[in-house]
Amino acid sequence: MKYIDEYRDGATARAIAAAIRAEADPGRSYALMEFCGGHTHAISRYGIEDLLPAHVRMIHGPGCPVCVLPIGRIDGAIALARQPGLILCTYGDLLRVPGSGRTSLLKVKAEGADVRMVYSAADSLKIARDNPDRPVVFFAIGFETTTPPTALVLQQAKALKLSNFSVFCNHVLTPAAIASILESPEVRALGTVPLDGFIGPAHVSTVIGSRPYDYFAEEYQKPVVIAGFEPLDVLQAILMLVRQLNEGRYEVENEFSRAVTREGNRKAQAVVAEVFELRRRFEWRGLGQVPYSALRIKAPYAEWDAEKRFDLPDRSVPDVKACDCGAILRGLKKPADCRLFGKACTPESPMGSCMVSAEGACAAYWTYGRFRHAQQGTA
Amino acid sequence: MCLALPAQVTELLPDDMATVMLGGVAKEVSVALVEDVALGDYVIVHVGFALSKLDPEEAEKTLALFAEAAAAQ
Ligand code: SF4
Repeated sequence: MKYIDEYRDGATARAIAAAIRAEADPGRSYALMEFCGGHTHAISRYGIEDLLPAHVRMIHGPGCPVCVLPIGRIDGAIALARQPGLILCTYGDLLRVPGSGRTSLLKVKAEGADVRMVYSAADSLKIARDNPDRPVVFFAIGFETTTPPTALVLQQAKALKLSNFSVFCNHVLTPAAIASILESPEVRALGTVPLDGFIGPAHVSTVIGSRPYDYFAEEYQKPVVIAGFEPLDVLQAILMLVRQLNEGRYEVENEFSRAVTREGNRKAQAVVAEVFELRRRFEWRGLGQVPYSALRIKAPYAEWDAEKRFDLPDRSVPDVKACDCGAILRGLKKPADCRLFGKACTPESPMGSCMVSAEGACAAYWTYGRFRHAQQGTA
Repeated sequence: MCLALPAQVTELLPDDMATVMLGGVAKEVSVALVEDVALGDYVIVHVGFALSKLDPEEAEKTLALFAEAAAAQ
């Protein structure tokens, strides 16, 4: 397929990896965080870590929206799904995320709740139009990629005066999470790893542009390279980070220039700005309360805000004790470090959110068998 | 759930919708979030919405960058 195959060529991958090995200074180490779960997935799928020298390490970041949603919000969705007559629409990944007491949307669905998996926010609007006498709630999650579609659907619901439809908004922001990993005292107290540079997200950046990363490069003196999701993109970005670090530079570079501009997608940004505003704080799994890190629905759209329409539990619920998702999301641990990994916790029966979505570090490690290699390495 | 693929626009439909080819499969997606989508453009599709257009010139430049890194070895 065009724009895919040419970015997956094995010979070129080995050549770029050889360049990384040649240029990485053996006298220092390079701890590079890929923020985004899409990159975590690509790194596992294509075995990119196996191509890197030992002193160039990839640290997996918290950029998987399913993984960072705290249990309290899952409980909120479960409470909605249990309302008599209500139809709860959501992206498939969320069905298996465990809430309190090991329940999940899938389990309440089996008990009779009307939970429907949708591919797109637009599908949930259609379900609302087809079921005018039942309340329909879209359980919306995601970073800046899924936010514009949710905003558009809210605009359409308002234009159609669709009174049975509302959105349970859990949209979160990438820059706030990166800042939190770098500086929040709360995260520091929980423990982090020192980071030398970042691979910036691909599709999030198509929407927000490369400009928002300027701040990190400047303020924290860390290089950022925005990269596409194909294996050559990731390897090239690692090479670019190694070069910046060798030269003592800390700039924002854009490897994914075929889809990301400096300004981003202005049209999508305008739709989001019309519908959403910042929340003062929002809880993230693994990061705790992060200031100004999420969006809520603006007052003119209050009628379509599920949090205003329904009485939802708003409690902070701690993670399952033995689950290391929090430490994994902060880059402190690898999936194989968790005692439950592959034993009590598998994609079929996840104990934590990192095992659910394909972009979660635990699920990516499990699916592509990288942990076996890691175990051999440490044996 | 953030994975998305480049797809070619094969037909523009009313209401800001378009047909795209995704790995040989035709799919209807919304192009309401992207300015000036034209027939034949490649777009990145995510959860049923096009998020951005692919720039063919920039795509070539990135491939040239790979070739450069590869040639140096
Ligand atoms: S393996 Fe399961 S329990 Fe362990 S950190 Fe990952 S998701 Fe949590």
